[in-house]
Amino acid sequence: MATLRDEIYPIRSSDDIVKVRQITREWALMQTFSLVDQTKIVTAASELARNTLEHGHGGEVRIQALQEGSRRGLRLTFVDQGPGIPDLAKALQDGFTTGNGMGLGLSGSKRLVNDFDIHSETGKGTTVMIARWK
Amino acid sequence: MEKRTKLAEIVKNQHDVILNDWVEFQLNATTLRRDLMKESELREQSREFLGLFTQAVQSGSDIGETIWKPVKDFLGQITRSRVLLGFTPSETATFIFSLKQPLFDVIRAAVKDPKDLVADLWTTTTLLDKLGLYVMELHQQNREEVIHRQQEELLELSTPVVQLFENILALPLIGTLDSARTQVVMENLLQRIVETGAMISIIDITGVPTVDTLVAQHLLKTVAAARLMGADCIISGIRPQIAQTIVHLGVDLSEVTTKATLADAFMIALQRTGATVTKSAATKTKG
Ligand SMILES: Nc1ncnc2c1ncn2[C@@H]1O[C@H](COP(=O)(O)OP(=O)(O)OP(=O)(O)O)[C@@H](O)[C@H]1O
Ligand SMILES: [Mg+2]
Repeated sequence: MATLRDEIYPIRSSDDIVKVRQITREWALMQTFSLVDQTKIVTAASELARNTLEHGHGGEVRIQALQEGSRRGLRLTFVDQGPGIPDLAKALQDGFTTGNGMGLGLSGSKRLVNDFDIHSETGKGTTVMIARWK
Repeated sequence: MEKRTKLAEIVKNQHDVILNDWVEFQLNATTLRRDLMKESELREQSREFLGLFTQAVQSGSDIGETIWKPVKDFLGQITRSRVLLGFTPSETATFIFSLKQPLFDVIRAAVKDPKDLVADLWTTTTLLDKLGLYVMELHQQNREEVIHRQQEELLELSTPVVQLFENILALPLIGTLDSARTQVVMENLLQRIVETGAMISIIDITGVPTVDTLVAQHLLKTVAAARLMGADCIISGIRPQIAQTIVHLGVDLSEVTTKATLADAFMIALQRTGATVTKSAATKTKG
């Protein structure tokens, strides 16, 4: 698998979330994603960036443009050193929220991508990796 | 205690020479903005500043002292006006930094002992650097204030509620729908519903690039609030890719009427308010 581009962006403010959305859209265009694929990965990125900021107290996202044979993809890895998620199964349920959101960000973004991987340790932080292939 | 330097005495005695040279320097600087500011104004500002500077420097060169307050207040004034005129930070700071050369020239002419000369030049350069940095900071602060104010104005401007027809309002949303923006949008809409007694409002999201769970939640809250005021909402501008994404996210919009375009939404609204649309005779014969 070849990495065509690999960059890291901070997620410290709501402006950064807007930036993450813009960059994800740009890179999705660069990878010649269809409009539907673009919208799906951008929306998932928006959800996870907001979780990183709101629940993880800020962190960063690594964005990678990948190529495997004729397949092109985008991988985003969100990392924070926040409180972590005590019960992952619960957090991944539709409607579960510890804040006042809809509780659809995690479960919803999982449905919007091809690969989804989450690691979390209480008191240490959370890492969420997603990838979408065209 | 700082060592007494000759700077105070020199600026007092050489006032006119310094002023002339300084204005000359500013007029020849590449950062001069003749397009934004008149020469007479520049001359007047320079004269006033040098007067205040001369007075303050008699008591020392620590700009933290209260004696320097009039100087700093005056710098505050001219920085504010330059920000509004569109000067860049370096164009604004040139006002201070261009005073270095004229001061150096008169000091060099007046102080013969090399040791004293170095001391005087050092005092002068650190003093002007401090004032220059002060101006840069002020410039930055002022810019941020201006930008903040513009953003707020833009917020208001970009959420206009328009009346499409008797009983029908439309709210075309453009850009990012964050929490602050939603608050403004919602208040504007509710206000207009009360003023017009509208029965239906169409919220058009054609200009909203991403609909995530936060945007969806904001939309649903707005719809619920409008309903409490007695107006039904139709959400239009849901493009196919947005519709698919919303479904995958698991957001339930089944309680809200949604339409692909504002025109579709308008037709529904007309029907619901009891109005009918017919083609006029003229259009019929033409078409
Ligand atoms: N990075 C994170 N660090 C700590 N907790 C997290 C993180 N991401 C998610 N969570 C926890 O998982 C829960 C579910 O997240 P999810 O994104 O699905 O919903 P939400 O953020 O509460 O609401 P929304 O629907 O607006 O996204 C959160 O309420 C929070 O408790
Ligand atoms: Mg969330």
